[in-house]
Amino acid sequence: MPDAPSSPRHPAPPAQAPAAAAAFYARVDAALADKALHRALSLTTGRLAGGLTSAFAALPDGEALRDAARRIRAHTIAHLDRYLVQFSEQAERRGCQLHWADTAADASRIVVEIAQANGISLAVKSKSMLSEEIELNAAFESAGIRVVETDLGEFVVQVGGDKPSHIIMPIVHRSREYVAALFRDKLGASNTDVADVPAMTAFARRVLRQEFVRAGMGVSGVNLAVADTGSLCLVSNEGNGRLTTTLPRVHVALVGLERIVPTAADLGVVLQLLARSATGQAMPVYTSILTGPRRARVDNGVTGEPDGPDQLHVVIVDNGRSRLLGSDLAEILYCVRCGACLNICPVYRHIGGHAYGGVYPGPVGSVVTPGLMGLDQWSELPHASTLCGACRDVCPVRIDLPHLLLKLRERGVAEDRAPFWLQIGMRVFSAVATRPRLYAWLGRVAALLGAAASRDGWLTRLPGPLSGWTTSRDFPVPAKRSFTDLWREKTAKGRRTL
Amino acid sequence: MARHTIDVLTRSLDPVVVPSGSCADMIVNHYPELLAHDAAYHDRAVELASRTYELSQFLVDVLGVTDTGARETDSLVYHASCHGLRGLCLRDQPRALLRTAAGEQCTDLPGAETCCGFGGLFAVKMPSISGAMLQAKLDEIEASGADAVVAADISCLMHIGGGLHRRGSRVRVRHLADVLAGPPDA
Repeated sequence: MPDAPSSPRHPAPPAQAPAAAAAFYARVDAALADKALHRALSLTTGRLAGGLTSAFAALPDGEALRDAARRIRAHTIAHLDRYLVQFSEQAERRGCQLHWADTAADASRIVVEIAQANGISLAVKSKSMLSEEIELNAAFESAGIRVVETDLGEFVVQVGGDKPSHIIMPIVHRSREYVAALFRDKLGASNTDVADVPAMTAFARRVLRQEFVRAGMGVSGVNLAVADTGSLCLVSNEGNGRLTTTLPRVHVALVGLERIVPTAADLGVVLQLLARSATGQAMPVYTSILTGPRRARVDNGVTGEPDGPDQLHVVIVDNGRSRLLGSDLAEILYCVRCGACLNICPVYRHIGGHAYGGVYPGPVGSVVTPGLMGLDQWSELPHASTLCGACRDVCPVRIDLPHLLLKLRERGVAEDRAPFWLQIGMRVFSAVATRPRLYAWLGRVAALLGAAASRDGWLTRLPGPLSGWTTSRDFPVPAKRSFTDLWREKTAKGRRTL
Repeated sequence: MARHTIDVLTRSLDPVVVPSGSCADMIVNHYPELLAHDAAYHDRAVELASRTYELSQFLVDVLGVTDTGARETDSLVYHASCHGLRGLCLRDQPRALLRTAAGEQCTDLPGAETCCGFGGLFAVKMPSISGAMLQAKLDEIEASGADAVVAADISCLMHIGGGLHRRGSRVRVRHLADVLAGPPDA
């Protein structure tokens, strides 16, 4: 009866499991079988999570900063209408052109229309998860506009026809050998070009410089927008963000509806936490604060600004976010997308980003994806967590991610998505657990049956849905005498009553 | 179930001591929220939460005891169970008790604060992920060379113990209470 540990049994997914759930489990199994993926994930997530710990250990009042950042984000989200209006007015005063997009399709259409109105044939992009969310590259391509990713990781993703698997480190799932082969095969790199990581970086830089010079449009995301100055803040570790936002004559900045802070002082608080949480750096290499497009003339009419785009378009994207406002998931809108919860999550560390299936992986993605898009296609994500709470501990704005995952699980039950065996099982368990005599009697029956089915006190195979347990571990046979029996006996001897 | 448990545990006003971080976390942190809209039970849930303790928390923080008289000869590694650690901040209490009972014989498991992959129904709903997390934990335990792994939560121990047994490992699992009660054969 005992199985070799090397041949785990996979219970068949329940018959009513929708195709989306089956696809999720297929992605998970593929990820778990990928040894190279596991090595890459362990290395990078371990390094990043370790960096966060040392960065906060070196910060005298890190916990107070987290409290302050949380207050700022909570206050902003509670008054988002007011701050959005203030931001848009200020940004327009500085010469920005504001656009509001209700859906992902609207956002992509707006960006493509801006490109078409300006006769753009080539756009460069700095890293933006929001652009992934609205599938901007596909929209550009179907409009016949070439788009080039200029963040090194995103460039590798684009050349390889891949998808990012981490919100900060898009190619955390790839090895340097993969990148070397890709550059040789797709871009004609020589062996010297791909000799090591610095050589590959220099090669990508040479390729990208040409694109920067030719591009008529730069598209960027925005880490945080400042309401009272109408400024856009972008942080990055590569110079590509600055080139994207200053060199082409048109700059389009994509802003998630929730990514506002009231003042520059508030921005300062959040920025102290952002890079520390993301990579363990005290500050990112580049922190850019952009306020309006290039001013050709300043007020006294003497000098104009030499650098910057002629047009700065700000596209504020909703795409489901406003539905979260005021809901029991509103707290997820505090998120500043540092990726710390991915790096610390033991589930993410084992399955990587692609297995989640959405644009945003990890604990934050398991809330954001079903939060924005509903549970129909994403019913499994809230369950892909042990609720261990490690994510909550590292979050710079203290989002209670396990609590939000539980809220989504509750929503799943309310929407009747729980498998039948689980609904019945919970009802039976609850009925038994609230009837002490029945519970004790069934415990004795289970002990007898278990002992009969086992030689050494362990069961190697459980029936039905519980067979998931015995794919990789044995189950102990219940003790013949329960704790309650022993307690009664001991307290009776000591002439005490229970 | 929560209401039933509250009925049972509010028959007296004595402290409630729970030898499981996860169960204590449920009563202390989740019952009041679960019953937030239950006029009859919410106040009772809050009252019960205020006098419910995990075992090591009760011994160290309430009774001020770090020496239970037990002296351990086995070499032990400690795994910090998630809900006790993060829900009840059980960081120093179990370690203080183990230090007295086992001294140098007890060390932290490398990655002591990483989840073992149990997660309740997660273990049966997503057995492949849970199993991968468990294997990583078992590798750390076996590499430590300890005789037994100690934790203050029976659910994690059932999970880790089941994994060790499946592997045919010689390492045993022991509950913190079992170590504090004295040598296993005494």
